[in-house]
Amino acid sequence: MATEILMPALSPTMEEGTLAKWLVKEGDTVQSGDILAEIETDKATMEFEAVDEGVIGKILVPEGTEGVKVNTAIAVLVEEGEEVPADAGQTAGAPAAEAPAPAPAPAPAAAAAAAAPAAPAPDLSPDWPEGTEMKSQTVREALRDAMSEEMRRDDTVFLMGEEVAEYNGAYKVSQGMLDEFGAKRVIDTPITEHGFAGIGVGAAMGGLRPIVEFMTFNFAMQAIDHLINSAAKTLYMSGGQMGAPMVFRGPNGAAARVAAQHSQDYAAWYAQIPGLKVVMPYSASDYKGLMKTAIRDPNPVIFLENEILYGRTGEVPVMDDFTIPFGKARVWREGTDVTIVSFGIGMQYALEAAEKLAADGIEAEVIDLRTLRPIDYDTVIASVMKTNRCVTVEEGWPVGSIGNHLAATIMQRAFDYLDAPVVNCTGKDVPMPYAANLEKHALVTADEVIAAVKEVTYR
Amino acid sequence: MAAKKPAKKSNTSGDELKAYYRNMLLIRRFEEKAGQLYGMGLIGGFCHLYIGQEAVVVGLEAVAEDGDKRITSYRDHGHMLACGMDPGGVMAELTGREGGYSKGKGGSMHMFSKEKHFYGGHGIVAAQVPLGAGLAFADKYRDNGRVTFTYFGDGAANQGQVYETFNMAALWDLPVVFVIENNKYAMGTAQQRSTSSPDIHTRGEAFGIPGETVDGMDVLAVKEAGEKAVAHCRAGKGPYILEMMTYRYRGHSMSDPAKYRTREEVQKVREKSDAIEHVRELLIDGGHASEDDLKAIDKEIKAVVNDAAEFARTSPEPALDELWTDIYAEA
Repeated sequence: MATEILMPALSPTMEEGTLAKWLVKEGDTVQSGDILAEIETDKATMEFEAVDEGVIGKILVPEGTEGVKVNTAIAVLVEEGEEVPADAGQTAGAPAAEAPAPAPAPAPAAAAAAAAPAAPAPDLSPDWPEGTEMKSQTVREALRDAMSEEMRRDDTVFLMGEEVAEYNGAYKVSQGMLDEFGAKRVIDTPITEHGFAGIGVGAAMGGLRPIVEFMTFNFAMQAIDHLINSAAKTLYMSGGQMGAPMVFRGPNGAAARVAAQHSQDYAAWYAQIPGLKVVMPYSASDYKGLMKTAIRDPNPVIFLENEILYGRTGEVPVMDDFTIPFGKARVWREGTDVTIVSFGIGMQYALEAAEKLAADGIEAEVIDLRTLRPIDYDTVIASVMKTNRCVTVEEGWPVGSIGNHLAATIMQRAFDYLDAPVVNCTGKDVPMPYAANLEKHALVTADEVIAAVKEVTYR
Repeated sequence: MAAKKPAKKSNTSGDELKAYYRNMLLIRRFEEKAGQLYGMGLIGGFCHLYIGQEAVVVGLEAVAEDGDKRITSYRDHGHMLACGMDPGGVMAELTGREGGYSKGKGGSMHMFSKEKHFYGGHGIVAAQVPLGAGLAFADKYRDNGRVTFTYFGDGAANQGQVYETFNMAALWDLPVVFVIENNKYAMGTAQQRSTSSPDIHTRGEAFGIPGETVDGMDVLAVKEAGEKAVAHCRAGKGPYILEMMTYRYRGHSMSDPAKYRTREEVQKVREKSDAIEHVRELLIDGGHASEDDLKAIDKEIKAVVNDAAEFARTSPEPALDELWTDIYAEA
């Protein structure tokens, strides 16, 4: 049977090409793999091979022809002794369009929300029942308890990282865990972030629930390909068949006097990635409840801790199973004059500023986002609709910050409620300096938050 | 490339040889069809064909047991067919259709099958190496006796994460076979221009990982080496490296004109070392099959591939709401 040889697409972007040269002539017998022609694409000159065997019955497009569209018939292949059909070349094949048209997509939720600002009804329920017994714990202890409780509950959960086992953790977060769980489940790794992050993701794909500790998230830059390309995207790329249920955790952001390479805040980086969940707690109880939720979550979770906060003490509820859901902000302080939104260690500047502002008669509402993916937009929007002003606070850099994103969202969802532009308080747009005075200046401060609040309240 | 060997004595039965012939031919015909559909614009983006390398994956699948895992790079179609994934599902993923293994959301380079323990299909060169060791880590954690085949190329062998992985795999005795498919070219860079020492299989020595070089154009040699490697892993002795000397006949991807090597070089391999021709001769010379028997297999494979292509053309594009699914698993 005669078959048309079509102008091939020879690169991802090719729509047409030049038929530079025919290497066969009419009447030639060709085998699969023989070169038929040279074709110039938008990228290179390519040799075009025969796929089927047969005889070149007729050449339809002469060599030297430019602008030959992909899928145009350029020659006719016939079987030995077969005549070339009279209508050869009349049918320009265009099979790419033959797939049935799919159903139209529903409008994305964000677009719908932008159209009609409405007062949201945020979840303001308490994180634990009233009257629950509380105990004082450091953030460090709360984290260890969260991991240990989950490891008792599920034997597929294990902890791996540098110095997590015999050294009891570089920051003593995993103190005592080797003794309780043994070397099979609390695993010291070599200093090899890219490698052990990849092994962790593979173990998660293989059905375990790894907790991968980075001594700091600064070192996770060596491994970030696995966090994003391997962990975050696999569920999508596999059509839902498999993903990476796991936690990447460790201190993030500036500690003290460790300078540029050890002081970066990655909140905004990870918060951008669909497929990841991103947590950045402030209080000891949030560290505990959110870590337990992170370990149980069937998705990859980036859990951004803070070295300065590890030693801070807070009240943690004494409960058999204390978890805090993702995507639920906490209102630390109610107020009517301005909304201050922060997360992680930024909360200490937000709260300190709010105290001082109260002395000046300005009542700030302070919101701790706690999770950055998902973000509890509703709590922020409802508050801004009440206070009509917003200041965001974070330690990270200003460009492409969480504050930028919140400002855009507030503008879209509550534009008519704003009495002043949203102001972002961030770390300065510089690598972190070492000198004590410069470092202090590079970080966001409570005074800057106060100044921003006064700016938006026109005081 | 080793020159064609005389048909050596082997314990391999005629039925087994026929199965290898069938599986290798399926990969080749499938890939030829994929190239054709690419040319027609039905497959887009990057498409890396496995033609020439078929004996590697078919020989190793012959020693895999139920529950063993496999993971590879973006040149993955052959691995999927060899482990028993449905050709129609693979081809429909190439055409980006609903019937594809990833519902059209992964494409040629990103495909998975939980059922067949195929863990991708990874587009970042060498990323699959620590991932494969991680799969082996999970098996060792469960002490289930399973082995993971982790495939990567001679180009990937120069990535740092490979050696980070070798170190930990050896340190923790992970049951992983590292299969280096040395097809001589890292995209367009010949091995001697990218690699300081040509013997990649010796690169595990520093970590105490045994390695050997194998004629990757000879499915029986591959199988024999695979048996040894797998036995090593299952005995709890840790990882093993197999460097498969092989060759890809086509360009790195569909848009590669392959000007970095001569057409004669390719032709020479095709004529003297072709893996499928080798098995064809073993079958005929050993009296295991007649020309007619093989023609029947050819016909059968052609039908399978045509069916796959037909499915891939007629399966609908994914519904637009698929854009928003499979980003998160339900907590």
